[in-house]
Amino acid sequence: MDILRADAVVVGSGWAGSILSKELREAGLSVIMLERGPDRSTAVEGAYPDSIDELRGAIRHRLYQDLSQTTVTIRNRMDQRALPYRSLGAFLPGEGVGGAGLHWSGVHFRVAPDDLALRSNVIARYGRKFVPEGMHLQDYGVTYEELEPFFDKAEKVFGTSGEPYRINGKIVGKGNVFSPSRSDAFPLPALKDVYTAYLFRGAAERVGYHPYSLPAANASGPYTNPYGAQMGPCNFCGYCSGYDCYMYSKASPNVNIQPALRQDAGFRLISRAHVLRVDLDSAKKHARGVTYLDLDTQREVKVEAALVILGAFQFHNVHLMLLSGIGRPYDAAKNEGVVGRNFVYQTITTSHAWMPQDRFTNQFIGTGGGGVAIDDFNSMNFDHGPHGFIGGSPVWVNQAGVKPIAASSFGGGKDAPRWGKGFKRAFADTYRHAFAIDAHGSNMAYRDAYLDLDPTWKDAYGQPLLRMTYDWHDNDIRMNRYVVSRIEPIMKELGATKYELGMLQPGQSFDTRVYKTTHLGGGAVMGDDPTTSALNRYLQSWDVPNVFVIGSNAFPQGMGYNPTGMVAALAYWAAHQIRTTYLKAPGPLVPS
Amino acid sequence: MRRLAFPCVLTLMFAGIAHAEPVPSAALIEEGRYLARAADCSACHSVEGKAAYTGGVPFDLPIGRLYSPNITPDPQHGIGRYTEQQFARAVREGVRADGASLYPAMPYPSYARMSDHEMQALYAWFHYSVTPSSEVPPASTMRWPLSMRWPMTVWRWMFAPKPMQARQMSERSFDDPDVARGAYLVEGPGHCGACHTPRAITLQEKALTARDGPAYLAGGDAVDGWIPPSLRQENRTGLGRWGEDDIVSFLRSGRAQTGSAFGGMTNAILHGTQYLTDHDLHAIARYLRTLPPARQPDLKWIYDARTAVALRKGDVSARGARLYVDNCAACHRTDGRGYPPVFPPLAGNPVVMSEKPDSLIKLLHTGATLPAMQTAPSAFTMPSFAKRLSEREIADVVSFVRDVWGNGAVDAGKMVPKE
Repeated sequence: MDILRADAVVVGSGWAGSILSKELREAGLSVIMLERGPDRSTAVEGAYPDSIDELRGAIRHRLYQDLSQTTVTIRNRMDQRALPYRSLGAFLPGEGVGGAGLHWSGVHFRVAPDDLALRSNVIARYGRKFVPEGMHLQDYGVTYEELEPFFDKAEKVFGTSGEPYRINGKIVGKGNVFSPSRSDAFPLPALKDVYTAYLFRGAAERVGYHPYSLPAANASGPYTNPYGAQMGPCNFCGYCSGYDCYMYSKASPNVNIQPALRQDAGFRLISRAHVLRVDLDSAKKHARGVTYLDLDTQREVKVEAALVILGAFQFHNVHLMLLSGIGRPYDAAKNEGVVGRNFVYQTITTSHAWMPQDRFTNQFIGTGGGGVAIDDFNSMNFDHGPHGFIGGSPVWVNQAGVKPIAASSFGGGKDAPRWGKGFKRAFADTYRHAFAIDAHGSNMAYRDAYLDLDPTWKDAYGQPLLRMTYDWHDNDIRMNRYVVSRIEPIMKELGATKYELGMLQPGQSFDTRVYKTTHLGGGAVMGDDPTTSALNRYLQSWDVPNVFVIGSNAFPQGMGYNPTGMVAALAYWAAHQIRTTYLKAPGPLVPS
Repeated sequence: MRRLAFPCVLTLMFAGIAHAEPVPSAALIEEGRYLARAADCSACHSVEGKAAYTGGVPFDLPIGRLYSPNITPDPQHGIGRYTEQQFARAVREGVRADGASLYPAMPYPSYARMSDHEMQALYAWFHYSVTPSSEVPPASTMRWPLSMRWPMTVWRWMFAPKPMQARQMSERSFDDPDVARGAYLVEGPGHCGACHTPRAITLQEKALTARDGPAYLAGGDAVDGWIPPSLRQENRTGLGRWGEDDIVSFLRSGRAQTGSAFGGMTNAILHGTQYLTDHDLHAIARYLRTLPPARQPDLKWIYDARTAVALRKGDVSARGARLYVDNCAACHRTDGRGYPPVFPPLAGNPVVMSEKPDSLIKLLHTGATLPAMQTAPSAFTMPSFAKRLSEREIADVVSFVRDVWGNGAVDAGKMVPKE
């Protein structure tokens, strides 16, 4: 078998893997990065105009995972038999260099500080009984103040556009009144409001909410980041989510970090390398490196390394831990074990407003991370007491550019005809005059929502597939319905001629066929207690201390905000701890 | 005109007795490596995907296709058997070890200015640090009679200076030592004139130094279809509006507020100028800024806002305007100012206003990638529009950008495209 050696091996070339690779190179370690998919760079595959072909792109999944080789199985309940996720629907994991960080849209939040200690905050405010039976409500074990320098660093690397509210405790702008204080402004000013965002801003303000510009990793001007990587300004073409951004405006590992890494002789990227397992010693206390399958030669290759970083997509990280025997697998029946525990998602529903015939919403215009949001019903920003649920949702107009095929499949909305003249009329009317408002909310963790290895199905490489056991729960459905009901006053204030409120239905099951969001989380969560978390607060495995697992897998519950900003901050946070403490004395950073 | 074979014989005699030289110091090798970059040897002697200096770069000349040779220290296939004297003679005088003359694609008339010490350093680098390779580049296909080497010898006698002459010819006093250094780098190792100075019918550069007259760096003839612009101070078509920092940024990273590199210049920066010290880059910029416009009257470029206003109002009635908005404006903007240094401006850009539109037309056909540089790791691609636009449309959009924003270089509109 071929053997390669490096100081550190990094699995995955998305944000998490790229940030860790850059940081470890700065610390002087030699780094091998393994990526299952093909190499991709914006100057080649992302070049205009071929890269903005909607059929090849979002519809035929140019940048997404090839499910014919490996996928997950899904079931709603523990008493069902799971079936493979054979065609992409609800969520879209990436494949190829950049991972999902190449095809994301660009909404770049920090975190609501209360969400980091949600269990403590809920119990302090509403008492222990407020937490329903079967909900695994947990704290992250890290505070906003500790993470702030890393949110700041990530924004400077991403070239994030936004409007601050408070800097060092002083109110400085018209940003989100609920957002915590920052140490510095955004590197770029907020993107301009598209017309629908402008309408939403005005209406939300008039009904007493607190609208703000979404923080967006879509550059509002030309920008050079601390690594010397350059971005062009966003032109609102709308080809963000599902595309590689030919304008170099949307932050991606490919545009913002890898240009610097690729020039670095101590860094090696190996694409088409499917990692099969982390190789552990017999006691399962120390990792020797990883084994991957070279997809071109079909030969197994070992990479020996003193430090192993799992930086693949959320559930691939969990899958690799389970396949390798890192940490104790979660057993839902006994409610014991940690790897696979607290698998979470987000609740997202979309409402639509139709404006009068003289108002043109120009839905082809858009930017992936831009728009206007309110946080009045997110996190702990409102009184949950009377409602009896935990969690919340930001609400926004995030007009990200409605492409022709997507627009025609929506047509005229829920009750409009699906064919003929009526369809055409409703489609045209909707495309020209309607727009969407989303409630993008939290999702709590439950005893019966988890990940484990499927007992039946195997992937193309003979390894068991990861099994998702997942369904919506009453707490989250009620949360979504309440927040969406608070959109109604905005709809009325907008002067919409018609509106539809999209909300989860009581008792509704999770449907894998319809796109929701790719914001999966948990499964290998961070925390202070090794009996309820797989990772310590530095994202280090409690059981195998030379393995760090970076990604949204670390979130104990799904938050209302988009996860990428938090993933990037956690990546820099973990990297900082590795650089300043771990490398001097490798071993557990927190005693277990 | 020039003296005959006598020095050759001397050189060969020296070659015969030169052996068992001591291994040069690391400092000398490093100096040679820097000089190899200042002289941009790699741009013409290395191809992507093969080891450095193994040759094989094609030159399409009016007299046929020439491939650059392997100049690694391999004794069979490279220049490993060259003595330092033979090496110096090839570099500065265009004479191979076997006595045959080099084609003047090798800019030895410029290299002639380099000193003996610099030859020693350059030789030390090539001989002791470059990895030898047995790579054999494709055979050149020069047309008769120039497939024979002897006419090159005549050419060399007629047009190439000897090192001593070259130094004398370029000797002049400068008030500013930086400008003197810049003059040396540009006229000597940098051999900027090889592309940027027009050539006579007999293919020699019309001027080898600034002293030889205003033809020097006044804009060269097409190289692979790209037209090297003037590096003199013409306001519209030269560097008249480029500040010292713009020139430095351009040579260091291929991008500046005033424009980005494409065509033949990309490799010159990638292999050469990006490695020069700050001091040398500033020296080059300061020297270039001393070269007065080659032609009078030197009309000034003044930005004209009318087109930007029209396009903003949705008026695309001007010929090519609609094509521009649909294909170009996302990066170069309707006001033509681009988003430099990411996307270069077209308004006031000298390569847009150059007398001939060939470079722009070629650029639209081939596209271009500005590669990652040491100090600017981002690569940017301008796509090819050959699949998307007809020849007529390319002519229209090129005419448009050459005409508007005060550019006023109109003539491409009169082109008759081949459909």
